[in-house]
Amino acid sequence: MESKIEVVELNAGFGSTHVLKNITLSIPRNKVTAIIGPSGCGKSTFVRCLNRIHELVPGAWVRGRVMLDGKNIYDSDADPVEIRRRVGMVFQKPNPFPAMSIFDNVAYGPRIHRMKNIQEVVEDSLRKAALWDEVRHRLKDSPVSLSGGQQQRLCIARALAVKPEVILFDEPCSALDPVSTAKIEELILELKESYTIVIVTHNMQQAARVADYTAFFLMGELIEFGETAQIFENPRDKRTEDYITGRFG
Amino acid sequence: MLALAALLLLVLIRDSWSAISTFGAGFLLSTEWNPVAGRFGALPFIYGTLVSSLLALAIGVPLSLGIAVYLTEIASPRVRAILTPVIELLAAIPSVIIGLWGIFVLAPFVREHLAEPLMEHLGFLPLFKGPAYGYSVLTASLVLAIMIIPIISSISREAILAVPRLQKEGALALGATRFEMITSVVLPYARGAIFGAIMLGLGRAIGETMAVTMVIGNTPKLFTSLLHPGYTMAAVIANEFTEATGDLYLSALIEIGLILFIISMLVNVLARLVIRHVRVPGGA
Repeated sequence: MESKIEVVELNAGFGSTHVLKNITLSIPRNKVTAIIGPSGCGKSTFVRCLNRIHELVPGAWVRGRVMLDGKNIYDSDADPVEIRRRVGMVFQKPNPFPAMSIFDNVAYGPRIHRMKNIQEVVEDSLRKAALWDEVRHRLKDSPVSLSGGQQQRLCIARALAVKPEVILFDEPCSALDPVSTAKIEELILELKESYTIVIVTHNMQQAARVADYTAFFLMGELIEFGETAQIFENPRDKRTEDYITGRFG
Repeated sequence: MLALAALLLLVLIRDSWSAISTFGAGFLLSTEWNPVAGRFGALPFIYGTLVSSLLALAIGVPLSLGIAVYLTEIASPRVRAILTPVIELLAAIPSVIIGLWGIFVLAPFVREHLAEPLMEHLGFLPLFKGPAYGYSVLTASLVLAIMIIPIISSISREAILAVPRLQKEGALALGATRFEMITSVVLPYARGAIFGAIMLGLGRAIGETMAVTMVIGNTPKLFTSLLHPGYTMAAVIANEFTEATGDLYLSALIEIGLILFIISMLVNVLARLVIRHVRVPGGA
């Protein structure tokens, strides 16, 4: 297993609250890694440390290393803007930009990065996000007219358009119905061919369906990490077993 | 509220009837304001009001947006805590005090420091032709700009604060810089409320009387140079109402009031219509 991201002794929090405690974890290249755990266990904070979005919240702090292709993204000479282009993110609730058209939403990233062939990049990204056929005739419309599931796929297309290497999904289906959820999951499985994917989910069935590897977090600590089948069928830690069998959380 | 406005409109029409029936539509187009000869035209005042108000917007809006963005997205919490009330306090200064400051500080400053370089570099434009008077349309617009900055900047600040964090993080997560996030995501999201704030500022500028009349020079002419004096509708009513002799003179002043009232109403209605179009669904 070749790793894309190596997290080494990562600690993070807000002010005096210590959210993540000494996390050390390898995220394998071109695989789907799920982060599971009960609410408040730090799984969202963890992925938000992987693209330096966490530090934007007032009072937030990070210590430790996150090696992306062997280079620490928290080095003083690392450029957070470039890191965020390489490590894309899809959020809990669909957040298309309502003041822009569907096309402009996807073109936003390529434009700020002065990429070429914007037209092609937009179409290609919408196709990869399985949205092209539904929006090809209404690219000038507002994204507000789309359903929640379509909006979330638009956000995925928007993230793909800047050609990231890693995509972080922070509970991407928590606001969606089961049909839309199934579509997003299908999409994630297709995307892992070309991208490294990390998905936070509170839904264990979802982790079992899409993830190659699963990490179980509890109260800010990494309890167990391994292949998804092993975590679900044969957990080594009692606490993982308790969580998976639904005894708490 | 609507009934009150209608009643006010009726009273204004009744009291200006003798001017309306004497001059007809010519009142709106005539540039002559000659109380001695009994000939009255409102064009210089309408023109003066519109030009000074729009120029005030041109100066005040970029500054207000800059202040709003600075206070919400850039300033440290300490600076923010000090500056926010200071700027809002500007709104509490009586306009006659701002007018006095205009007379003693701003007008001399415009005459001695601002007009000179403007004439030198842009003097080929009729807009900046000399000679430069301290009491000028430019001075009045600067005073107005200062008076509308607190309104526009504080409403815009609220609107920017109301932009969801998820929108900002969405832009940053795509690799946008802070500046790109502000200009392409935050301001467009808040544009409905910001437009409303600008319209409120325009309304204030059109109606402002005291501070303007103290610095604009009160000359009913169709000026072309902003360095020359002008006159506004509100200013002429305030200046001449108490000394208006004769029914026609009084009636002409009231008709100017009627026009001012109608223009303010139009700005308001137009603003409401436009806001419906620029407002972002789900946005402020």
